[in-house]
Amino acid sequence: MSVEAASLAPEQQDKTNNFSITFCTVNGSGSATANNILLRALFKMGIPVSGKNIFPSNIQGLPTWYTIRLSKDGFLARVEEDDITVAMNPASFAKDVTYTSPGGVLFYADDIKTPITRTDIIAYPMPVKKLVKDAAVPATLREYISNMVYVGVLAQMLGIELARIDEALDYHFKGKKKAIESNAAVIKAAAAWTAANLTKTDPFHVECMPITGDFIMADGNTAAALGAIYGGVQFTGWYPITPASSLVETMNEYLPRLRADPKTGKDTCVVVQAEDELAAIGMAIGAGWAGLRAMTSTSGPGLSLMTEYAGLAYYTEVPVVIWDVQRVGPSTGLPTRTSQGDLTMAYFLGHGDTAYIILIPGSVTECFEFGWRAFDLAEHFQTPVIVLSDLDLGMNQWMTHCFEYPDHPMERGKVLWEADLEKLSGVWARYQDVDGDGIPYRTVVGNRHPASGYFTRGTGHDENARYSEEPEVWERELKRIANKVESARSQVPQPVISTMPGAELAIISMGSADPAVEEARALLVQAGIKSDYMRIRATPFAPQVTEFIHQHNRNYVVELNQDGQLRQLLSLAVSDSTCLISTAHGDGMPLSARWIVSKIMALEEVKQ
Amino acid sequence: MSDQTAAAQVNRAGLTKTEYRGATSTLCAGCGHNSIANQIIAACYELNLVPEEVVKFSGIGCSSKSPTYFLNRSFGFNGLHGRMPSLALGAIFGDTRVKGIGVSGDGDTASIGMGQFKHMVRRNPPFVYIVENNGVYGLTKGQFSATSEKGLTLKHQGTNPYLPIDIAMEAMVSHASFVARSFAGDPKQVKELIKAAFSHRGIAVLDIISPCVTFHNQEDSYHSYIWGRSHATPLHDISYVPAREEIMVENFAEGTVQEVTLFDGSTILLKKLEKDYDPTDRWQAMHMLEEAEANNWLVTGLIYVNPKQPTLFENYNLPDEPLNRMKEEQLRPAPETLEAINASMG
Repeated sequence: MSVEAASLAPEQQDKTNNFSITFCTVNGSGSATANNILLRALFKMGIPVSGKNIFPSNIQGLPTWYTIRLSKDGFLARVEEDDITVAMNPASFAKDVTYTSPGGVLFYADDIKTPITRTDIIAYPMPVKKLVKDAAVPATLREYISNMVYVGVLAQMLGIELARIDEALDYHFKGKKKAIESNAAVIKAAAAWTAANLTKTDPFHVECMPITGDFIMADGNTAAALGAIYGGVQFTGWYPITPASSLVETMNEYLPRLRADPKTGKDTCVVVQAEDELAAIGMAIGAGWAGLRAMTSTSGPGLSLMTEYAGLAYYTEVPVVIWDVQRVGPSTGLPTRTSQGDLTMAYFLGHGDTAYIILIPGSVTECFEFGWRAFDLAEHFQTPVIVLSDLDLGMNQWMTHCFEYPDHPMERGKVLWEADLEKLSGVWARYQDVDGDGIPYRTVVGNRHPASGYFTRGTGHDENARYSEEPEVWERELKRIANKVESARSQVPQPVISTMPGAELAIISMGSADPAVEEARALLVQAGIKSDYMRIRATPFAPQVTEFIHQHNRNYVVELNQDGQLRQLLSLAVSDSTCLISTAHGDGMPLSARWIVSKIMALEEVKQ
Repeated sequence: MSDQTAAAQVNRAGLTKTEYRGATSTLCAGCGHNSIANQIIAACYELNLVPEEVVKFSGIGCSSKSPTYFLNRSFGFNGLHGRMPSLALGAIFGDTRVKGIGVSGDGDTASIGMGQFKHMVRRNPPFVYIVENNGVYGLTKGQFSATSEKGLTLKHQGTNPYLPIDIAMEAMVSHASFVARSFAGDPKQVKELIKAAFSHRGIAVLDIISPCVTFHNQEDSYHSYIWGRSHATPLHDISYVPAREEIMVENFAEGTVQEVTLFDGSTILLKKLEKDYDPTDRWQAMHMLEEAEANNWLVTGLIYVNPKQPTLFENYNLPDEPLNRMKEEQLRPAPETLEAINASMG
């Protein structure tokens, strides 16, 4: 069975609500607005859509691409084919034209003079300059509004309802009338020009679908920020870094209306932009130590800088939540491209023996859930919790399930206040394992009981938090902490397992690789291959993880990095790791189902 | 008589001086840091501070060990090298009624910690920031620090080729609201400055020259006892007067006393010595530091104070109730608000 046969040839596919559009524009030209409006309008029509922004590390001037995929079957992963290309950037035009699939469509700004040599595609010109000039828009806004021309042209040519576009404009511009009207005017003019001047000869079009389920459209960083807010975050220390910045920026946007005390109007969450990541995590750990639900948000380079402090929090048992919205490393790497390359760093973070609770959300709605759940775990276990999101999940808009309100009360952990210490006659010890679960009791700053204070130190300490260099004390305390984190395996989010009767192989994955894996499984079924699937959502690995691996002879571990980091960690958890087959790939682009299928089928041929 | 004896043993907080002590010092005998710890104890006792209302912080180094040598009952956190400021900044948001005190060294503050030091200074939290400055790395056995003077020769290190960093000047250019310098060998001045620092509403930077008796106590170095004693030039005699006590200005000769009223109503009385020095004049303070450096003076005393500079907490709209005592109903928005958010994104 060939790879090509596994995915249907383009001409055989139904083109209604089932194609992709790539917009080739110039960074900083306002194209993000146009693209998001189209995405939301299609979403409002009930069509499953995803949008992926492939942008440069630059503010203005370099080429940028945005791909919208419509999938009536609900597959939201990246596709490698462009059915429709919208070419707005003269600089990248020659190359952009080559991306279009045979039988595909090219919409191009008619001021681009590069000749179109391809005969296997349909090309439509768009008089962008003329339409913008004719629109009653101030000259300074012309460039930003020029992208609205392709919104209007596509709306007319594909059948996108203008009412849905109006709704999307209203959402995007938050009801600001002037902005909505000027953009809508250009869109309508472009649609009218298209109706009068272009004759449709291509098969691509859209139609409304009945909306099933409670879906919203949001990005993972927004979801994470909201999750943290509903998790009662009280302190955030952060430092700007792509692709994590929008997480705290969104938090700043929502905090005033969600977290001003209803009685006093005072803020119940503090956000401090630190001088660097070293300070951002230092502040968060200080706040966590003082009894606040504290977090920081960063990306790989920032996590590298936070490493020493994370180790301190681990050993001194301070709750703190660290979001790592991953980008491509090592080094500065590809700052605007996506990766799952920080897993082993997070797992082994810091010098000496450490272990962390790591949460790996696989959808935008899970970013919300883990946003609040991370605090419960951090405070319950008195330990740092790292959440590994990534650029694809964090910065792109996704169709996702509605955010669900936390299903249980906040878990604040073992904190002793004045009345508790009174009952204990002031007799307590910070690192004493009273309950046999390895989790000691703590007091926090501001407690006025004379026995409340204790001294926290990153140096060796005994149960009473006193300095100690005793070999037995060191070993005993570090082992207790390791056992404590280990015991979280049954309380962290458990893996999501999906089986098929008669499956002969298994796929293991994590995070934002999920939609590509789900689609790959469907394609593999078409090729006669059934698969079981486990999506890992946390470390320490749940008992189910090893059970699942042992139930399968061939576990393809699909992930977005070069070295197969998830496979590396899983191989430490099982006695025989030959059943774990690395299916890793990291070029900065989100995984596609086509790549997964071809890789697994090639590996299967080798096995057989 | 017995009542009087009892009253002499406790302060207004009802505590004996012993209750302000810490663990026994493990620093070298004669270390200036021990003297400073003793003055912190004396200052807190005399200020009637309740130990639970003070939170101690430090980084890494000999100096950073000293928070265990005072205020045993207080919360304390010995963090990472050069990164005490961020830890402290986050922690004091937990309950803004507490007062922070940090003890750092010249390596911890002026080398690895320069960034965090200066950024903490510009944020102006209510915090006493003491630098026990000995011009040498003690805990790693005698390497040059950023405040070591150029030309200093140390065993195993050779001669220091670089110019020193002046911590008081660094604090000044970063808009510190309280900058003082003292000498560990002048315990009275150290104590008065610590008391004033605790009463200051923002950050108080105290650069205290604290000789290292083991690795750096050469006669010709300004970080030594001998040099310090012979070169110290006090800007003024300092007397700290708590708010609740009557201020006896007449004790000082007319025209030689300057009074600086701190946030809580307490006063620092500065008895001027050689020249007319105004510690509320930022330009003059920096000019004086430059002049002192050029003349090889170890100027001690209150270099600068601005009691009106807005503090860290004033930049936030914080509730009176400590954040770390807030309950779930104050921290988790109601379910309807999430329904509205979902509706807006649908």
